[in-house]
Amino acid sequence: MLEIKGLRLTLNGHPILRGINLEVKKGEIHTILGVNGAGKSSLAYCLMGSEGYRPQEGRIRFLGNDITNLSISQRARMGLTLAWQESARFEGLLAREYLSLGMRNRGDSKRVTHALELVALNPKEFLGRAVDKTLSGGERKRIELASIIAMRPKLAILDEPDSGIDMLSLDDILNVIKSMKKEGSTIFLITHREEMASISDRVSLMCDGLIVKTGKPKEEMDYFKLHCKPCPTHKFPGKLKEGTTENTEKKLTRTQR
Amino acid sequence: MSDYESMVRAYRKAGGDPRVLRDPKCAFLVVNKNKILGKKKIEGIKVFRAEELPKGVKITLITQKGYRIEKPVYLCFGILPKRGLQEIYVDVKIADGSSITLIAHCTFPNAVKIKHIMSAEFRIGKGAFLGYHETHYHGESGGAEVIPQGKIYIDKGGRLDTSFTLIKGKVGKLRIDYEARAKEKAVAELVVKVYGKGDDDIRIKEKAILDGPYAKSLIKARVAVKDRAKTMAIGITEGNAPFCRGHVDCIEIVQGKAQAKALPIVQVIDDRARVTHEAAIGSIDKKQLETVMARGLSKEEAIDVVVKGMLR
Ligand SMILES: Nc1ncnc2c1ncn2[C@@H]1O[C@H](COP(=O)(O)OP(=O)(O)OP(=O)(O)O)[C@@H](O)[C@H]1O
Ligand SMILES: [Mg+2]
Repeated sequence: MLEIKGLRLTLNGHPILRGINLEVKKGEIHTILGVNGAGKSSLAYCLMGSEGYRPQEGRIRFLGNDITNLSISQRARMGLTLAWQESARFEGLLAREYLSLGMRNRGDSKRVTHALELVALNPKEFLGRAVDKTLSGGERKRIELASIIAMRPKLAILDEPDSGIDMLSLDDILNVIKSMKKEGSTIFLITHREEMASISDRVSLMCDGLIVKTGKPKEEMDYFKLHCKPCPTHKFPGKLKEGTTENTEKKLTRTQR
Repeated sequence: MSDYESMVRAYRKAGGDPRVLRDPKCAFLVVNKNKILGKKKIEGIKVFRAEELPKGVKITLITQKGYRIEKPVYLCFGILPKRGLQEIYVDVKIADGSSITLIAHCTFPNAVKIKHIMSAEFRIGKGAFLGYHETHYHGESGGAEVIPQGKIYIDKGGRLDTSFTLIKGKVGKLRIDYEARAKEKAVAELVVKVYGKGDDDIRIKEKAILDGPYAKSLIKARVAVKDRAKTMAIGITEGNAPFCRGHVDCIEIVQGKAQAKALPIVQVIDDRARVTHEAAIGSIDKKQLETVMARGLSKEEAIDVVVKGMLR
């Protein structure tokens, strides 16, 4: 469904993505697991076509089409969307309207209500609330997920959907993601918490602007816990970023040993 | 078509609902230029007078003490021809403990060269409430010059909730000048929302003077400008008494070659008073735009969603 080949992104002279190769298959939950600063959000921006995140090299193909040079709107109309790590706030825009933005039939109020129920927000209370600073971080995050559920994209990139949500509701969020999959969306899940990866079909580990390995959730989660978390990159995000592939490879072999 | 019918049409264009003019429970006043086309008074209003003047009308409204008027009073001022001058003098007294909401529509649908001046004085009594909401429509040619001036005095424990909205069509030249003075525990909220296009020229001055202890105010301006429109929003708050609280909140969104300025002026002369301000001017937040675009809307549609939300 999504093929990423040799994606390179340099921002202000810093190499952020250093040749990403990855494939997301139709119908799967594919998780990107990586420590802070690994480049996960930058990859998400690149995939969505965000301004300032045009890759210098590499191609992105979605549903067989090269989308590397398409605008955000064009990509979205093809069925790709992104839930930003920090969601925007909108003064005066009601949740009801916000949720229907991505729907073909904006008048379908059942779908909007259903989406809110899925993220455990009472529609009676939230449909008429503005998506502004009066919402708590967790509520804002849930509304963001609900808006994606209502849109029913072919591929949803979820950048840390658990951030700002308490530990207790982690299971709720995982259930929401599972139901998004059930409703037909392929999920590209980004996180730095390995327990989030448990519901995935496949997990890719990202480090220092590269995808280092892809495999089954259990294996990759264990690997991440054992090797990535203790790795100095975790404690000093960006510090080891001087940017050579050997760096990462050295780190890998060092931690693997 | 009679002038009254044309006026009702213009009223609808400005966003008014003509049905209220037939509702037996609603008071209203309809004025075209300097002619009074319709007027009704209801229970709870002691005086509701409108006098025709050579260039406009003078309106006096006084409520009955302690009377809470449930249904709003609808005011419709307009100039139907392309050219003309209209001066509206408003004198409103909200008696102690009474409450009323006035909903005014000012409509100049065919404006080519129109000047509308409103000079208003509102006195809100002890524990009384005034809601005053004004919506304007100045047509599509940008030929209107509109100068609303208001002085509002709020007595102890009184409340003012006022808004001025002009988001459809062109603005022309707009000079808003509102000043509210609040005594002990009085509350004043002044909101202005304007969307400027073409060569529109907008200047908004809102001032709150907190003279009594525990008085509170909020001054809010939301302005979007595009094309070559210009805007200047001045929000002034003076905290002159202990424990008074004031806030000035201004957001201006600029597109194209438009220009925006914001000038918050906050002054405190009592060390127990607190007055704050925030102002943001600039193009639309990139995160907001891209979030809406990621739902499949074009950039233009996304700008529209963000701007309309802010101006709501
Ligand atoms: N505009 C920029 N200019 C320079 N460096 C940048 C820029 N944007 C991001 N970076 C750097 O790129 C690296 C990757 O950032 P990114 O936000 O993609 O990481 P992440 O994996 O999403 O981290 P987190 O888990 O904290 O969200 C970081 O070291 C960051 O400081
Ligand atoms: Mg991130």
